[in-house]
Amino acid sequence: MGLVTPKRHRFIEPLALACGRVLQDYTLVYETYGTLNAQKSNAVLICHALSGHHHAAGRYRPEDKRPGWWDHYIGPGKPIDTNAFFVVAPNNLGGCHGSTGPVSINPDTGKPWGPDFPSLRVRDWVHSQARLADLLGIEQWAAVIGGSLGGMQAMRWSLEYPERLRHCVVIASAMKLSAQNIAFNETARQAITSDPDFCEGRYLEREKLPRRGLAVARMIGHITYLSDDGLGRRFGRELRTGSFQQGAEEVEFQIQSYLRHQGDTFSNSFDPNTYILMTRALDYFDLAREYGDDPVAAFANARCRFLLVSFTSDWRFAPQRSREIADALMHANMPVSYVEIESAMGHDAFLLPNKRYENIFLAHMQRVAEEKF
Amino acid sequence: MRIDLDVIQEWIAHGSCVLDLGCGDGALLEQLGKNKAVTGYGLEIDPGQITRCVERGVNVVEQNLDAGLGNFSDGSFDTVVMTQALQTLRHPHLVVEEMLRVGRDCIITFPNFGQWKARWHLAFSGRMPVSDLLPYEWYNTPNIHFCTFGDFEVLCRERSWTILHRQVVCESMPGGLLKEYLPNLFGETAIYHLTR
Repeated sequence: MGLVTPKRHRFIEPLALACGRVLQDYTLVYETYGTLNAQKSNAVLICHALSGHHHAAGRYRPEDKRPGWWDHYIGPGKPIDTNAFFVVAPNNLGGCHGSTGPVSINPDTGKPWGPDFPSLRVRDWVHSQARLADLLGIEQWAAVIGGSLGGMQAMRWSLEYPERLRHCVVIASAMKLSAQNIAFNETARQAITSDPDFCEGRYLEREKLPRRGLAVARMIGHITYLSDDGLGRRFGRELRTGSFQQGAEEVEFQIQSYLRHQGDTFSNSFDPNTYILMTRALDYFDLAREYGDDPVAAFANARCRFLLVSFTSDWRFAPQRSREIADALMHANMPVSYVEIESAMGHDAFLLPNKRYENIFLAHMQRVAEEKF
Repeated sequence: MRIDLDVIQEWIAHGSCVLDLGCGDGALLEQLGKNKAVTGYGLEIDPGQITRCVERGVNVVEQNLDAGLGNFSDGSFDTVVMTQALQTLRHPHLVVEEMLRVGRDCIITFPNFGQWKARWHLAFSGRMPVSDLLPYEWYNTPNIHFCTFGDFEVLCRERSWTILHRQVVCESMPGGLLKEYLPNLFGETAIYHLTR
């Protein structure tokens, strides 16, 4: 991917949210890569995960150190081939990278929304993404693709708008979080809300920022995105400073400094209220809740083909969670393929280079691109 | 298309729902989809084969047969197929039981260890048979449970499985001619169609 530029659109039609509240108007920031064909049949929607955003591929300036978060998988000749597809990557509502969210100004008060921003569910994102599709003239996506929380959006798409997608690619995701997952999210939220600078979420009005709390939240999250094995291989018990010699200074392990760096970097670029909002959306998501808790009944509403991918060392969204999706889809007689990729990289594997993952993803997307319908 | 796959195609009803255990590159399911409007899934564990299934647009699920078919409910498929995988399983008899639970009927193909070439090899060289069909040495073969047609039929009787059809395949001579008369001696591959 070469240089890219984000776009934005203000939607003035009110959006009724799952929580019962209504957003009178809202802005979505998004990026697009590739060209929409004349039939408007080659569009692909990328749904981002917890800390993701619209900058999925390419660079804004040639000197940018890092490209978009999924640049390894989006671009010319890559699995999501921008020579074949028109790729749309929005920043979700409630985000903190330009779409309307807790850092935006609440028109009723003239102050940042902060903790008053409506609580969002995965379906709210799906509905707002559908409006973005309307705006771009896309009646049907060739594919809706997402990893982790993004996979939840992709699955929700298949149920909310069954006619509007031909393929659903769900990577390292789950139909609902486990108690352990919710526990991690709650610990992360507690880290944020117990920071004295949190000010009950009104830190922006008070010109404060609960940086330490958010950094700890990110550290907790980060540990769960990596595997024991992966961490061990990368850091082991290596020391950054000090030694165990008598009289030597206090030791610091490499992993400590790495984690702190991750936390600090994140807390300078992410909004704490958004973090709380996104983790809650994760916790609340339950694909089959409104279908009598029966995922087979839920998926019976879908009309698309599914590709599911999981990673062996992912314990946050373990392969078993993806197998449950595969089983439900097979019981519902839906077309599905499921692959379990060998990786030591934990949950983060879905973002990282991996030969087998690339091969399968590429093979599948080529099929999507060539498909007659 | 392999001969055994042609035979299998004959035995599968139009429009049925098929589960293919150890589906390989997905050739059978693809053909069944095109020729017989069959839907279904293949189970496979080989990464290369799984990619080929995905390239073909065949539904493939990465699942190890040795872990059983506990994720499929009773009678959820019309036919469960397993070609040339029986001899690689830890518990072949239990997998066939599972196939008959999950499907109304099942089709199984396996290489005949009682074929004259194998007998000749063992009898006269005193070594485990290695052939083009079974090109492995005893220590590296994925084929851990060999049987002859005769052995398989004993198992069917013991387990009260009904044999709906049986066909013996041998593409080379003289077995091609003689397999009808002495299948256990001349047949290379057996294709069984079973039900409860």
